[in-house]
Amino acid sequence: MALRDCGAEASTVRTPAELDNVDALVLPGGESTTMSRLLQVFGLEAPLRERLAGGMPTLSTCAGLILMSREVLDGRPDQIALGVLDVSVRRNGYGRQVESFEADIPIAPLGVAPFRAVFIRAPLIEQVGGDAEVIASFGSNPVAIAQGPHVGLCFHPEMTDDSRLHQLFLERAAAALEVSAA
Amino acid sequence: MTSDKTGSNGHEPHTGGVRVKRGLAEMLKGGVIMDVVTAEQAKIAEDAGAVAVMALERVPSDIRRDGGVARMSDVSLINQIIAAVTIPVMAKARIGHFVEAQVLQSLGVDYIDESEVLTPADEEHHIDKWQFDVPFVCGARDLGEALRRIGEGAAMIRTKGEAGTGNVVEAVRHMRAVQGGIRRIASMRPEELMAEAKHLGAPFDLVQEIHSTGKLPVVNFSAGGIATPADAALMMQLGCDGNFVGSGIFKSTNPEAYAKAIVAATTYYDRPDVIADVSAGLGKAMPGLDVASMPAGELLATRGW
Repeated sequence: MALRDCGAEASTVRTPAELDNVDALVLPGGESTTMSRLLQVFGLEAPLRERLAGGMPTLSTCAGLILMSREVLDGRPDQIALGVLDVSVRRNGYGRQVESFEADIPIAPLGVAPFRAVFIRAPLIEQVGGDAEVIASFGSNPVAIAQGPHVGLCFHPEMTDDSRLHQLFLERAAAALEVSAA
Repeated sequence: MTSDKTGSNGHEPHTGGVRVKRGLAEMLKGGVIMDVVTAEQAKIAEDAGAVAVMALERVPSDIRRDGGVARMSDVSLINQIIAAVTIPVMAKARIGHFVEAQVLQSLGVDYIDESEVLTPADEEHHIDKWQFDVPFVCGARDLGEALRRIGEGAAMIRTKGEAGTGNVVEAVRHMRAVQGGIRRIASMRPEELMAEAKHLGAPFDLVQEIHSTGKLPVVNFSAGGIATPADAALMMQLGCDGNFVGSGIFKSTNPEAYAKAIVAATTYYDRPDVIADVSAGLGKAMPGLDVASMPAGELLATRGW
């Protein structure tokens, strides 16, 4: 919805053919163990890794961020870490559901007005490597990462009407796709 | 807790709000929540791709068979299940039993099901769910019941079906009733909404909200009688957001295979080829009951007011 409001076309990707039809990918929230298993069983992991190697831009939130990370702590040993974002994340690092929270956080590239960030059984970013840039923190913890054409978030930008992060992602994605097309 | 939860801007984080409660249910959409009675079953469910597990002492078909009073599960069992898996853990409290709900919240369960499958503790009032930080899911047979529960603070709805029967007919009836009720309100003129709220026994503001958005303000799963991959996909095609599967998995002859197949059929609900593929060689589904021939006193769906 938020992407459509920003003028992009959005569609669901559940098969390799559907993956072929998109320029950029959103890896949304959910349960990373479930997503990981479905990627493996339904033959999406290899085509996804191939597209990522080819530079496909991604917006990953919460469970999606876990999938995109270099290392997953407290996950299942068999769950996928695609290794695109140079971060190490701890699954459910902010605690169980009763500790889920929302808060206003400043995000430098979005300007002065803070962003209402909704954290639901959120992953905790414990380490950030040299390739990733921290664009927002909550307290001492990084909560938003930008890396080349990718944006990774611990929280859920789709839970509010504020589409500035979707807009930021589309701008970064468009810039990356223009460069690769040129 | 290893995290620092105080923001650099000095604002305290806000827990237990509507967004995080309804939001967790949003994250479960498109998935399957499985009833489990042991830590081992919870592992099997997680391995199969369940998005959450429902911890309970007996699956509904056993509760139905055993009779007597069905209560909140044993605390140590819930703790074992919480320790066994990384996915969200839900647990059931009796309708109106707000102390069972307080206990479940203190255990750290991620969602409470105020459930007609257990013996009601109050035959007039449900729990005031706004008093809790933990979110609640409640059963409903029609739109009025769903909106009453949302009015009391439920952050997720599941249609009731008839639990423990392996018969999907009531799940279909209730899902059609909810969806039909929403379509009806969406097509009304504004001055008709108050009479509709009165007719449904539903809060007026929620009726107005549905009139303007055309959908429930919370996620709606189906439940009660889903026993096969095709059942799961049927409910998805009828418009539910995901499935609760109770006895259907661990009362089948091959729970692991059933669990995986029902997860796949819920994701690829509009792909008959995938449903056919995952249904092949599954073994026997749980035995079913004919709901129409059951005495009224044995129906669970009529509990809740």
